[in-house]
Parts: sequence; structure tokens; C-alpha cells
Amino acid sequence: MASSAMRTPWYLQTVSICFIALWLVMAAFPFLWTVWGSFKVELDFFSIADWTNALTGVNTAQEHGSSFTDTAYHGSWIQEGFWVAAINTAIVCVSVVCISLIFGTLGGYALSRSSHRYAFWLLIAALIFRAMPPITLVSGYLLPFFQWNLWGHLATTIIVLVAINQPFTLWMLHSFFQKIPKDLDESAKVDGCSQFQAFWHVIIPVMWPGVITTGLFSFLLAYNDFAVTSMLLAKENHTMVPKIASFLGTTQTEGNVMFAVASVVSATAPLFLLVVFFQRHIVAGLTQGAVKG
Amino acid sequence: MKHRTFFWFTLPTALAMLVFIALPLASVIIQSVFTPHEAVLVESENCGPFGCTKTTVIDQDVSAALRASEPLGRFVGLDIYLDRGHLAVNEVAAAWRSSTSVGNFFAKLNNLPLYRAMAFTLTYTFTVTPFMLVFGFIIAVSVNSLNRYLKGMVIFFSLLPMIVSPLIGSLVLFWMVDSRGILGSFLQWIANDPALSVKASTGLTWVMLIVYGVWHAAPFSFIVFYAGLQTLPGELMESSQVDGANRWQQTIYIVLPHLMPLVTFVTLIQLMDNFRVFEPIVGFNSEAHATSLSWFIFNDLSGETRLLSSASASSVLTILGVAILLAPVLVRTWRDFKVKG
Repeated sequence: MASSAMRTPWYLQTVSICFIALWLVMAAFPFLWTVWGSFKVELDFFSIADWTNALTGVNTAQEHGSSFTDTAYHGSWIQEGFWVAAINTAIVCVSVVCISLIFGTLGGYALSRSSHRYAFWLLIAALIFRAMPPITLVSGYLLPFFQWNLWGHLATTIIVLVAINQPFTLWMLHSFFQKIPKDLDESAKVDGCSQFQAFWHVIIPVMWPGVITTGLFSFLLAYNDFAVTSMLLAKENHTMVPKIASFLGTTQTEGNVMFAVASVVSATAPLFLLVVFFQRHIVAGLTQGAVKG
Repeated sequence: MKHRTFFWFTLPTALAMLVFIALPLASVIIQSVFTPHEAVLVESENCGPFGCTKTTVIDQDVSAALRASEPLGRFVGLDIYLDRGHLAVNEVAAAWRSSTSVGNFFAKLNNLPLYRAMAFTLTYTFTVTPFMLVFGFIIAVSVNSLNRYLKGMVIFFSLLPMIVSPLIGSLVLFWMVDSRGILGSFLQWIANDPALSVKASTGLTWVMLIVYGVWHAAPFSFIVFYAGLQTLPGELMESSQVDGANRWQQTIYIVLPHLMPLVTFVTLIQLMDNFRVFEPIVGFNSEAHATSLSWFIFNDLSGETRLLSSASASSVLTILGVAILLAPVLVRTWRDFKVKG
């Protein structure tokens, strides 16, 4: 696109720069605004009198002596026990990512190396499962889980999330494995490796970028899930997202909506770091399925 | 790969999908044709000096025994599907007969919970999907003409709306658009109406949810289209220029056909994801004005008494909806496979 014949005329350039600026504001401003507002009291962030109160923090200064306050964070993390939810989220996400990747790499590798018809059918079944909204399965879980006392435990939720993520993980890893030449494991097998040894010692070491990308998306699916975690976890061991939702239902009294604001900011922070460190992988993952098709 | 090796490699993933997706699906279908037992009532007559009184009490022992022996409940066939809470056949027929016009008929349908949820879900799916495609395409084309350092920054910030949990994203927007929030105040100022409240109006709530949907989904199409633009054949663009094509013609006849497979891919994924719209309804607290099929199921399940049968029937109907929506794509995949042999 760099050739001189393709130079964009100035008016188009201006329009596109304005458009990008507008999009940047739309994408970033809501988050900046919420972070800023989370250090204010409710009367400032939700100001009836004057919206500029949220900027200056008049009421915050009156109540706490400074225009920034961490009462909202203190209230949600300590008083309402958001730290428990944060730990639960960490446990769930790490376990889901590890188990998903173990199951997914084994399955995805086999699918990419098999030309039998049943391999195709397994992929199609995964595609169909991917299309079903997770909430439609929840009513199928509840009865047996109550019957066998499995309901409400982190372990149950973890394995359910792994299974729900499997179709997506399988497709993504399958397309990553297909890019790795088959000659690589063939020659390893000629040298006397078993199929599993070829997979473990030869293919996985060159697959790291694909494994990291898929791991990121499994992480996001587990981290962002609301439908399954809110239905399958007991109140005491909710993860962050259902915990935030429970703030909305119960704490409508003055000042407490700020607990939800502070929790939302706290739950967004790890995602922000994730984008900082793994932007390249996320972009690669998003385009993975598409470029192939 | 040998059958045997294939089996052991795919066993964990196949087992996970079988036990936690396929079996629950079967269980959902079975539950949707059963309903909990009614309590067994015993009528007893007490006769005293002032006449006889009849009392009806629940026979707890018999009821419990019945529940234990048949935990699924009693078989009711398609009754749950056809009742007022779901497809509401009788109500629809009555509404059809008594309606004076088509508009009137649809207004009556809107009082039935499932049809209300379906109306919003379909509107959401079929407005958000095209808007996000167009919006993402425009961002991709604009970003493509920026210099390298700016590109990285724009991509960084663009990922945020997509990557945050839908519940968190919708809450962030909801608090801004609240009548006491910054966007809410701004809208009141523009409309010159200090009483304007987005969450009090059905129309504005729908618009707000759709704007949220586009905001959340546009980064995805942007990233995919942007990657597609990087592989655009340069010679083709130059030779079209030599042939006298203008910028607009180049976009229509070269860029768009080049991106077409990506458009199909993004559309497919978005149809699936928008059809399951759920968290925004909770985040925007909009159930008075807009509900979705997923929210409808969630609502049945989250009450004090979990209405499993009702939720199962709605789940089956939702899955049927997804199947109808994606049937064209599946048929095409099947044909491609047949051609390949």
C-alpha cells in the first residue's frame, strides 16, 4: 500500500483520522472515566446537581478531606469480601486454562493428523456445540448436580467450563497444528519415537505460540463467564463476575453502588495487563480461524 | 494416524464434551417433557355438632414417596412448550382471531414473555451484526492508512471493549448513560429535556443495548479485516489504477471481494454470539423493556424455586433457533466437504 499511486488525498486522510480519534474516545474513555470515578463518592460520580462534580470531587472532598478516596475499594474488597471472589477467579481460571490446554492439545493434534471421516465428524460436533449458548445447558446440569451433591463446588464449575471451552479450544489448536508440517513428526517416528513422544518432544516445542494464544482465549472465556459461574457456584464461592452482579441486586443503598464500581475497575485491571503483554497473541488468535477459511 | 492412537489422543476431550455437553443436552430435552408432581391431596370430612366441614391437606408421605420413585416428575408431552409461558398456542390463536390488523396482532404477541424475548433477540442479532461489520471495516481501512506507531496504539485501545466481560462492559456504559451520569447529562442537555432517562424508555433502551453490542463487537471485525487488508495483492491495486479505476471502484471491486471469506467468517461467529445476548440485559437492568432468550432461561433458573422444566423447554427452543439461524452455513460446510470427497 506504500506505492505513490496509492497516496491518500488529504481530505480522506483527515476524515479517517477524525474517525479514528472518535473511535479511540469511544473505546477508551468509558474505562478511564470509570477508573477516575471509582475514587469518588457516589454523590460525585452520580451527580444530580452538576456533572462536573465527578471531575472535581466536591462531595468527596467534603466527606473525606481529599478529592480522591479509596472507600469504595475498601468497602468492596474488605467489607463485602471481594478478595474471596478474586482468589476463586484465580483458582478457576488457572485450572481451566491448564486442563483445557492438556485436553485440547492432545485432541487438536490427533484431529490435525488424521484424515479419517470420524475426525471430520468430531470437528463438526464441536462446531455445533460451540454454537449452543452455554446457558441452555445449565438446566441439564442442575438436577444431577443437586442429586449427587456436586453443586456449588469450584471443582464442578472448573470441569464444566473446561468442557464448554473445549469446542473452541479444539478448533483453534487444530488450525495451529495444521500449519506445522507433517514431515516433522513423520521423521521423528522414523527415528523411533512413538506417536506420543513425537507429539511431546517434537511438535509441542514448536507449538508454543499457538498454545499461549489458545491459553489466553481459554483464560478469557473462564474469566468473563457469567451464565455458568452464577448458576453453578454457591454464594460463598462466587467468582468476580457473578459477585459484581450480586452487588447490583442487594446493595441499592446509598454509597454501595460504588462498591460495584470499584469491583468493576478491579476486575478490569488484569484484563488491561493481559492486553499490554499479549496484544500480539490476541490479534494472532482472532485472525487465526479467519485467515485459514 | 492409527485408529487406536487417535482414540487415546482424543479420549479426554471427547469424554469431556460427551459428559458435560451431549448428556446435559439430552437431559434438557427429557426434562422439558416432564413436570414436577402435583402434591397429593387428601380430603377429609370432620363432622361435629354444627355440621360437617371438609378440609384438604397435602399428604406429605405419599407426595414424597412419589417424588422419590419418579424424580423426573410426570410426563406431560409437549404441554410445557405450548403453554402460556412458552409458545402460547392458544393465546396466539386468540390474538390472531381478535386482531384487527397485523400491527395489532404483533402488539398482542408482545405481551407473551417468550415472543417478547424472541423479538428483542432477533432485532439485536440482525442489527448488531451488520453494523459491527460496517463499523469494523471503516476502522480497519482508516487504521491501515496510519503510520506504524499509531497503529499499535489504536489496536491496543480497540481491544479493550471486546476483551472485558460483557457484564463489566455493559455496566461501565450503563453508569455513564444513567440520568445522573456523564452521558445521561449530555443527552439531557442535547434534547433540552432535564427529565430524559434512557432506562425509562423502551425505545431508548433497545438503542442503548444495540449501541453496546456494536461497541463490544466492532473490534473483532476490525482486527480480522485489518489482518485481511495486509494480504491485499498490491499489483492488482496498481494495475486497476492504470486501468483508470477510482478509489471507490477499487474498494468495491478489489478490496471487498478479497475480504469476502473473512466477512462470512465474522458473520457466522457474530450470529452465534449475538443470538446468545444475555449479560447486557443484566448489566443494563433492562428486563422491564427488553429481554432475550438467554435471559429468559436464566430468569426461570435463578428464582427461589428453580423452574427446571420451563427452563429446559426454553433451552430447547433456543437451540432450535440457533440451528435455524446457522443451517445455511452448516449446509454449505457439508457441501464443501462432499466436493472435497
